[in-house]
Amino acid sequence: MAAISRGFHRRREQNPALPPGQHLTTDFPVLSAGPTPHIATDEWSFTLTTETGEQRTWTWADLQALPSERPNVDIHCVTSWSKLGTSWRGVSLDVLLADVASSAPYAMAHSYGGYTTNVPVADLTDGKAWVVHEFDGRPLAPVHGGPARLLVPHLYFWKSAKWVRGLQLLDHDRPGFWEGLGYHMYGDPWKEQRYHGQ
Amino acid sequence: MNDDEVPQTDAYVDGNTLAGPLSAVFGGDLTTATAVCAGCGHAAQVATLPVFGAPMGLVARCPGCSQVLLGYTDLPGGRTLDMHGMASLRLPIA
Amino acid sequence: MERTALPRAVGVGRWQEARLVALRDESASARTLRFDVPDWPGHLPGQHVDLRLTAEDGYTAQRSYSLSAPPDGNHIEVTVQVVPDGEVSPYLVEDMQPGDALEVLGPVGGWFVWRPEAAEPVLLIGGGSGVAPLRAIWKARASAGIASPARLLYSVRTPGDLLFSDELLTAPGVAVLYTRGAPPDSPRAPHRIDADDLDAHGLSPHGADGPPTCYVCGPTPFVEAVTQMLIETGHAAARIRAERFGATGG
Repeated sequence: MAAISRGFHRRREQNPALPPGQHLTTDFPVLSAGPTPHIATDEWSFTLTTETGEQRTWTWADLQALPSERPNVDIHCVTSWSKLGTSWRGVSLDVLLADVASSAPYAMAHSYGGYTTNVPVADLTDGKAWVVHEFDGRPLAPVHGGPARLLVPHLYFWKSAKWVRGLQLLDHDRPGFWEGLGYHMYGDPWKEQRYHGQ
Repeated sequence: MNDDEVPQTDAYVDGNTLAGPLSAVFGGDLTTATAVCAGCGHAAQVATLPVFGAPMGLVARCPGCSQVLLGYTDLPGGRTLDMHGMASLRLPIA
Repeated sequence: MERTALPRAVGVGRWQEARLVALRDESASARTLRFDVPDWPGHLPGQHVDLRLTAEDGYTAQRSYSLSAPPDGNHIEVTVQVVPDGEVSPYLVEDMQPGDALEVLGPVGGWFVWRPEAAEPVLLIGGGSGVAPLRAIWKARASAGIASPARLLYSVRTPGDLLFSDELLTAPGVAVLYTRGAPPDSPRAPHRIDADDLDAHGLSPHGADGPPTCYVCGPTPFVEAVTQMLIETGHAAARIRAERFGATGG
């Protein structure tokens, strides 16, 4: 039986806009599993690989030529901070996925530097996800995932892979980096799906 | 608290931070052990490894090639240790 | 070569209960906490502990803190700086009262340690709360009566941020180096520690007593900058022990 520390408690937040266990932050904490890669836009590319091995690659110029959107979304980090009303600019995954023929239900995002995270394709479509390259009206800083990152705001923010370089479509769900270390395979903040076994 | 206003560097610490977690797993101090990278063969003492990932977990990387040598999390479901990127660990005579 | 072995508790790696027995405010935002740990096995200066707080609903939070005092029977001390918007540090510095309990894991760490049989000179360089383990080393070494020289360079923002001020401010061999604001009569304008500071207040790698072992502790950017400076002024990398901490502690 652990010793109770009198008077210690988790942060209490009563904001209904926040998922359970989250608190509001006004800054933008940086968490990374590794060093910040520095990728120049003229060497950057994004590759979609289907379950049959078909590949479609976009250069930075290709990405910029696609129709872009300006999602304004709330983001929720599994470490308990949330930021409301963050502004981004990028290309919807609907636009990118329209260019390949696939019936695969799952995807693995791959990043420069080796990071991976798995997301069901159904959570990337219908306006739920983007490859974003601007934050707050400015080019996305490397420390926050620039030149471009995945943005999947309805899931915990570790799913919004920084320094994204591609998406691999899969027939079966596989754990990405943090998922392999015990974090939840899906990660719905509103159901507080932080870890395996929840 | 950063007393020195140097330009922002990557947020990492070092392998000293692994002392507690690994002692709870292995029953001894591993920070003076030498870890050999399975990728590039670089050998370094665990205490000197750059460690990323806090507070989600601890990710110790090879100072030579940056591959993950050790990944560790301590979550409500249990603790997980992934050392597949480490070829070997050499413990000194105490 | 016989060396002082790290203390081994029965069930090393085991959490045990600690009770706060005394506290001492070090600054407006930092406090030294003295705990009684019944089965404390002793420790080497430089080691740290992991502290765990458990709330009534079972919620737990855990942080690492350096031991800021040399071994003293069943008593240990940590010095905690409040981190803005932190979860654990405000509780430790502002709420915890003598008689309250938490759990401690330790002592841990076999790298960033000073052993009593080490007779060589030491050069200790701390940034902010990084001075905490260095203070333990400094005091232990003084009690051991080691003849070779020791120097402590303590980089801190302003006089109001000083920890252990009564001990360190006027101690021979200690240089307090302000980075943001210094007292009006200070001969040194506030700035980040630089090679001139090392030259004026440090120890040469080629001194008559032999090369010092250097201990550098503080936030990562501070440690990287100071380590680089030490190497550039001729200290061997193998003689530099570093402990970096990051902004995620709170």
